[in-house]
Amino acid sequence: MSSEPVVQVRGLVKRYGTRTAVDGLDLEVAAGAVTAVLGPNGAGKTTTIETCEGYRRPDGGTVRVLGLDPVADAAALRPRIGVMLQSGGVYSGARAEEMLLHMAKLHADPLDVGALVERLGLGSCGRTTYRRLSGGQQQRLALAMAVVGRPELVFLDEPTAGLDPQARRSTWDLIRELRADGVSVVLTTHFMDEAEELADDVAVIDAGRVMAQGSPEQLCRGGAENTLRFTGRPGLDLGSLLKALPDGSEAAELTTGAYRITGQIDPELLATVTSWCAQHGVMPDGIAVERHTLEDVFLELTGKELRA
Amino acid sequence: MSAGTYTPRPGAAPLPRMIAAQAALETRMLLRNGEQLLLTVVIPTLLLVLFSAVDIVDTGAGEPVDFLAPGILALAVMSTAFTGQAIATGFERRYGVLKRLGASPLPRWGLMTAKTLSVLVTEVLQIVLLTVIAFALGWSPEGNPFAVLLLLVLGTVAFSGLGLLMAGTLKAEATLAAANLVFLLLLVGGGVIVPLDKFPDAAQSVLGLLPISALSDGLRDVLQHGAAMPWGDAAVLAVWAVLGLGAAARFFRWE
Repeated sequence: MSSEPVVQVRGLVKRYGTRTAVDGLDLEVAAGAVTAVLGPNGAGKTTTIETCEGYRRPDGGTVRVLGLDPVADAAALRPRIGVMLQSGGVYSGARAEEMLLHMAKLHADPLDVGALVERLGLGSCGRTTYRRLSGGQQQRLALAMAVVGRPELVFLDEPTAGLDPQARRSTWDLIRELRADGVSVVLTTHFMDEAEELADDVAVIDAGRVMAQGSPEQLCRGGAENTLRFTGRPGLDLGSLLKALPDGSEAAELTTGAYRITGQIDPELLATVTSWCAQHGVMPDGIAVERHTLEDVFLELTGKELRA
Repeated sequence: MSAGTYTPRPGAAPLPRMIAAQAALETRMLLRNGEQLLLTVVIPTLLLVLFSAVDIVDTGAGEPVDFLAPGILALAVMSTAFTGQAIATGFERRYGVLKRLGASPLPRWGLMTAKTLSVLVTEVLQIVLLTVIAFALGWSPEGNPFAVLLLLVLGTVAFSGLGLLMAGTLKAEATLAAANLVFLLLLVGGGVIVPLDKFPDAAQSVLGLLPISALSDGLRDVLQHGAAMPWGDAAVLAVWAVLGLGAAARFFRWE
């Protein structure tokens, strides 16, 4: 596995008429990892992905996928990537298994179609025509079509949109199996939990730009502060507590006897708080550390809720 | 599935295999579609049988089937290469099939080649069926089979260009409506079952320039009258082919 990034986007600009969908976007995708492009509807996720897939010609900037120009080198690139569109892509009269078999025939060394159909729980509807499949089944077929050619890199545009929780888990498992076998995965999502649970690397995008990129842990640690809460005797001397804590920490009694400390909450700070409580004869009931979620990070970066 | 199942082994299948697979799939889709079969098989067959058996239209001297069979063959070509292909391709565009295949190893020209092969296979099936029925109705064709073949091929190219132009520029529903309307109008006004000389002189000269008129008239010259290659009709078809394919290549949108 090479250490070169599999996707390199620099200063990408894409306009539709007067609307700028992508506005100077930079993105690097590491080989062998799952990278989530996270953002609200209209943030430019699909435009970015579809530019990488060779569907759109950039108005500015450069895009390299597996070292190739997706438009100029399309013939060389297409056999090496797998693509799952946000919707459609199948003849309405084609049967699920028939379409998958067809995609397999376009590749030199495809996966076993029967096994893939079973793996994705499409066995019961293999003879059903596409237009009669449920939304979830259509999604899983599109996913199967993206991986059947044994690609090095797959682009999945909202792979779990409209899936029930069980099918969602099953899709996540498949994505993890792809990664374990050395396939690089780029997916777009507007689900926080999907990015948090699945991705090695998350690019938060809004208004056509990357606002932050890093592992979910890095993103959560970096931006927003974390919180420590406990309850105890009312009217504790918070001035004395603050003196024991590192600079930049804050402490407040929110309601009677309910305390909140914000700042860099690490094991040392926790030890300091509990030892201060011990010195002052305070039992800190319900002591809890609240880690910030990607949701908080996103709110802080963009000033908006991800899902309205 | 066990570890290593998804280990990358990317690569395109050999081009002839991809194109053959695509053509086979397209043909299956067409033969599975009831509306398409109505258009390409049922209507031409019914018209051939009905108008040969019942003297509704004055087809001039001779057996009605000798007049009708060439026109119905022209209609068969139009139904598959133009109407059927326009509607199918329009909906493939609408449902993202063309888009998805655009990201597969099959190049676009390979997809178009496969579509053409699928049209040709369907036409062969139509022509075999209609020829057998026409013989059963007492058809006695004349002329050079190679002239017939050349006209059929030129007609196919001309109608394909126009069908793809429509499918690649209009919305799928508009294509559906327009392709059926054009089919109906050309069926009536293109010398298929109604001889063009039933129309006023001024109309005739315009109608004669339609691709369906050129094809049905050319086929009739050869098959009914035993004429040599009708170069005038072939030229009309060639002009339509160049205009249609040129415009389709210029304006076709894949999404």
